[in-house]
Amino acid sequence: MKRVYVNEKWCLGCRLCEYYCAFAGTSGKDIARSLKGVKINPRIKIEEKDGISFAVSCRHCKEPLCVKGCITGALSVADGVIVVNQDKCVSCYTCVLCCPFGAISTSESGAVQKCELCIKSAADKPACVAGCPNNAIVFEERR
Amino acid sequence: MAVNYIYPDYEVARNYDKCINCRVCEKQCANGVHEYLADADKMVADDAKCVNCHRCVALCLTRALKIIKSDNTYRENANWSGKTINELYRQASTGGVLLSSMGNPEPYPVYFDKILINASQVTNPSIDPLREPMETRVILGAKPQVIERDKSGHIINNLPPQLKLSMPIMFSAMSYGSISYNAHESLARAAEELDVLYNTGEGGLHEDFYRYGKNTIVQVASGRFGVHPGYLKAGAAIEIKMGQGAKPGIGGHLPGSKIVGDISRTRMIPEGSDAISPAPHHDIYSIEDLRQLVYSLKTATDFKKPVSVKIAAVHNVAAIASGIARSGADIVVLDGFRGGTGAAPTRMRDHVGIPIELALASVDKRLRDEGIRDRVSVVAAGSIRSSADIVKAIALGADAVYIGTGALLALGCHLCRNCHTGKCNWGIATQVPELTKRLNPDIGYKRLVNLLNAWKHEIKEMMGGMGINSIETLKGNRLMLRGVGLNAKELEVLGIKHAGE
Repeated sequence: MKRVYVNEKWCLGCRLCEYYCAFAGTSGKDIARSLKGVKINPRIKIEEKDGISFAVSCRHCKEPLCVKGCITGALSVADGVIVVNQDKCVSCYTCVLCCPFGAISTSESGAVQKCELCIKSAADKPACVAGCPNNAIVFEERR
Repeated sequence: MAVNYIYPDYEVARNYDKCINCRVCEKQCANGVHEYLADADKMVADDAKCVNCHRCVALCLTRALKIIKSDNTYRENANWSGKTINELYRQASTGGVLLSSMGNPEPYPVYFDKILINASQVTNPSIDPLREPMETRVILGAKPQVIERDKSGHIINNLPPQLKLSMPIMFSAMSYGSISYNAHESLARAAEELDVLYNTGEGGLHEDFYRYGKNTIVQVASGRFGVHPGYLKAGAAIEIKMGQGAKPGIGGHLPGSKIVGDISRTRMIPEGSDAISPAPHHDIYSIEDLRQLVYSLKTATDFKKPVSVKIAAVHNVAAIASGIARSGADIVVLDGFRGGTGAAPTRMRDHVGIPIELALASVDKRLRDEGIRDRVSVVAAGSIRSSADIVKAIALGADAVYIGTGALLALGCHLCRNCHTGKCNWGIATQVPELTKRLNPDIGYKRLVNLLNAWKHEIKEMMGGMGINSIETLKGNRLMLRGVGLNAKELEVLGIKHAGE
């Protein structure tokens, strides 16, 4: 299955991925109009320290601790992609604590949010990967 | 300084309706132009720091930015332009030599733009390169002058070493140091994939790139940086750099701040020391001296590598090229006055040398008149901008061309001409790690491959249009060219007829 992989050697810390992710979460057609005046809350986040930076988003683990820990079944695996049903989420944040990568965060509604690889869009790759200027995140099949 | 005489040349125009304060521009500008004002929650820009490299413009995800030319003006004066006045102010305040980068931007004639290419109609029908074979392979090197036979009458193979290129295009000499490791890797990988050659420049060859040796020309310049037997043997050919089109008659100076880590090791000079290439080779004061170096290098490589000599196109270029052909060199490279550089005194760059088109035409003619054209291959360099320039250069007599500026443009260069500041925002002409990582060679090499493949297609189309199916048939075929708007003397030097003739 194709996943988002990180090449931190090429990450510039520009945070374009965060903005493309935030835009992908809206239904708007124009980035400027959708994100103007908005404090973004993306599902991919840049970690940065001492000149090293890289993008962190859900790894879509084969044995996902978040899904195991979810008390309501809001998190599930569909074709390898870990998806969240926000209607079922009761905001206990067990998954947030379980995730070893810190890839799950809270959304404005209180329910958790996470990267779902843009499967709900028609694009052939996630918005963050498509928008990365330096191939620092790639969407590919790896063993 | 109490009074700043100079108003910025360019202004950063920000569309605040579109700006979402993502601060990408701020993070991407090594010149510190952009700044986020937290109290006002808005981005602002300091135009005075902007070099117009377009990094922020290209990465702005909402297209909120553009750079515009300032319309601030001095009183109009056809003699004292604003640029001239500002340069004078700059020197009056610093007392320094003006520095510039990349090629001569001044409005001298571009002869390539005054030459048109022929096409076949009715007779000698044109050829469709998609249906019929079209040869773009070229072979560089001296061709045998005589047929030699052994005692039993069999022909002795006396062919000197040759270079085979899949198309008549090579990447010009750009040293590791003047450009980044990632830029070099992009060039080397592209040359390998395309089956052409790139050139190390005078900074030696990084140990990681020895594996691209068969696609490498190693350069020996007046500073002799990084030259050792292993280096000479590493490449497919050796180039002696006598001159550079951007700055004929002077050497080079890579500041100590760029001589760090691997660059110091590759150049074989201490970290932090200035890399100064003398203006002349101190052991070359005549063609005979040049011949000694040519044969020294050939001897050092067991006569297995062609030796090229690169000169800047200057007034007496034809006679010099004739001397080079007689010095034993296999290839002569002519670098026109629009060729690029990582740093040059502005006055040298903008006022010294001659156009490559005229130099090339006169060298080719001189070598043919003297009957020594087949002793050397001729490579044209110095602002080859498109496949049309290449076709014209070959028809004027070149065997192949070098592209430098064009290759850098493919890698992201926006010709801001500030290489000498060492803060290239595109990760090309810099050694700052945070900046060099902006050029991912996986992307860079692919863009170079795309560019050359596109040009190769176009060359085939233009050759096909002329009814020519091989680069060899186009070479020196000046009947395929016509001048427009050129005077009789220019046409005579170019050796072409005027359109309509």
